[in-house]
Amino acid sequence: MDFLKELFRFLKIRKKFWMIPLIAILLILGLLVVLTETSALAPFIYSIF
Amino acid sequence: MTRTAILGISAFYHDSAAALIVNGKIIAAAHEERFSRIKHDSRFPAKAISYVLSEAGIRFEEMSAIAFYDKPFLKFERLLETYHAFAPCGLKSFLTAMPVWIKDKLFFRKLLHRELQKFGELKVPLLFPEHHLSHASSAFYPSPFEEAAILTIDGVGEWATTTICLGKGNEIRKLKELHFPHSVGLLYSAFTYYLGFRVNSGEYKLMGLAPYGNSQSLQTAGFCRKILDEMVDVRPDGSIILNMDYFRFATGLTMTNELKWKKLLGISRREAESEINQEHMNLALAIQQVTEIIVVRLAETTRNLTGCKNLVMAGGVALNCVINSKIREAGLFENIWIQPAAGDAGGSLGAAYAVHHIYFGNSRVTGDQLADSMNSAYLGPQYTDREIERTLLRYDAKYTYHADFSALSTNVSQLLADGQIVGWFQGRMEFGPRALGNRSILADPRNPEIQKTLNLKIKFREGFRPFAPSVLKEDTVHFFGEKMSSPYMLFVASLNLPIRSPEPENYANFGMYDRLYHQRSSVPAITHIDYSARIQTVTAQSNPRFYQLISDFKQLTGCGMLVNTSFNVRGEPIVCSPEDAFTDFMHTEMDYLVMGNYLMKRSDQNRIVFPKKPQVNPD
Repeated sequence: MDFLKELFRFLKIRKKFWMIPLIAILLILGLLVVLTETSALAPFIYSIF
Repeated sequence: MTRTAILGISAFYHDSAAALIVNGKIIAAAHEERFSRIKHDSRFPAKAISYVLSEAGIRFEEMSAIAFYDKPFLKFERLLETYHAFAPCGLKSFLTAMPVWIKDKLFFRKLLHRELQKFGELKVPLLFPEHHLSHASSAFYPSPFEEAAILTIDGVGEWATTTICLGKGNEIRKLKELHFPHSVGLLYSAFTYYLGFRVNSGEYKLMGLAPYGNSQSLQTAGFCRKILDEMVDVRPDGSIILNMDYFRFATGLTMTNELKWKKLLGISRREAESEINQEHMNLALAIQQVTEIIVVRLAETTRNLTGCKNLVMAGGVALNCVINSKIREAGLFENIWIQPAAGDAGGSLGAAYAVHHIYFGNSRVTGDQLADSMNSAYLGPQYTDREIERTLLRYDAKYTYHADFSALSTNVSQLLADGQIVGWFQGRMEFGPRALGNRSILADPRNPEIQKTLNLKIKFREGFRPFAPSVLKEDTVHFFGEKMSSPYMLFVASLNLPIRSPEPENYANFGMYDRLYHQRSSVPAITHIDYSARIQTVTAQSNPRFYQLISDFKQLTGCGMLVNTSFNVRGEPIVCSPEDAFTDFMHTEMDYLVMGNYLMKRSDQNRIVFPKKPQVNPD
């Protein structure tokens, strides 16, 4: 809950409400995605994420 | 007066680290890699935190605040907007990045809480200064200046890749910033990748390779022109716009669009560890020159915007000492100070400083205009004679103990003058990527064989890589023809003409190793191919023991300089503990090891069968 509050505050300050549906879908899909876990940091790229 | 103790943390991207400041004074700072022994360790810095707390003698519960060095939500916003802007390109990268975010990084506060709870109950604010504010703070607050222009340049933080700020008293005001994907750091990293080196660690190699390029050749000029015409639009104020047709880092899992690069530059990407040809060296020189143009313009803009006579810098690009020297030569600022831990590890220190001065509003006191607050970067752990001896006994090492350090120093300087290579382990470990005389391997710079021996038999690294000198500050005029201060090895200087040897005819057309092994000066081990050297100036105040050793060496030889390279082997972090040092000593062909007041000779040691070192990443 704290996370959602903080995220909402952030989106409000940044005026980025268009991200809400995207984040919602991502969170819903999260469970599925986590099941297909892969290593995130490819060795040949600057870790920009 | 209430005590303010702030723990700064950098983690989860490049080099994780922890720093602790108490009442505005840096108590300790260290990279996690030094303890975990995993180079560029990016995991939560639990061991580094334990160390900084123990160094201060403070319990975790006594902290006033915890500072993390960037803003996770803002970074997430950048990721989503980038994927959105480039869609449908970048799907693979999106699917790789999102699991990490959905699983962990989006719930960053919780993740940090979970890790920090292991040290005690977290009752204080957990704060997230912006990535570039952390860099700017690490550059300004420990600097000796009351007022300074601040230039931070790196790969990327949240959105910013470059910022120009003004620091005054305890305030930092942002004046301009450049946003992702247009990044000087990522441009340089893309060439690092294309030239077969590892991104985020091979940039030093690219910088070391550049002087082998032929500045007179048409190919180098052609590379420069193509980079500036096609890949990057450099504006008069130093801001850049990358042509993203050539770069894949925003949406792909590589740095470059190799087909386009090959078509433009006419050479393929060099495979790692494969032979280095003249065309690779020319390309390295070209990107180094382009980056110099960009950064000097940025420095000019910084000067124009702030009107300051002092400049401070941080961010990974500030570790490029050749570029730093170009700024110095441009004469834009009277004084330049660069954070020795300019990379992400230093962000931990900057984050803590930002909270101390900006969040808590504590004032800042600058004293001597020449002295910074970094304790000469000696901010890591140190070991007592007793602890060293315990390690030596465990390994059944053969050693001599010198109660009188002066006698030891005289003895070691004679060994160095006789051509021996000496591991030198003293006092507190350095913070930042450079060994500054406390975790160093030392040798005689006059010896023409040393460069080869150190690279191939001690460090096990590429033969072309140069070595840096540590020189008595008062002797810089003799060696480099000018009075200069470079306590953190962040500037290069050109060797004084009388010390140089004449170049043979047609020298520029010699092969790489023929040029390298040509004796270019009376101190060949530290003279790079272009007669430059990345210097560390040493004073009795900054490091008394190291100063004494170099002085004794000078008394014997007339040369107030030693080769100083970090005490590690390729693929390993710099040694931290006596055990790390002794193990490295036994794994290499180093002749002597000095730890504290103990001296060991390699040939006296038992032939202990040391466990083979695990296979590590070569960079």
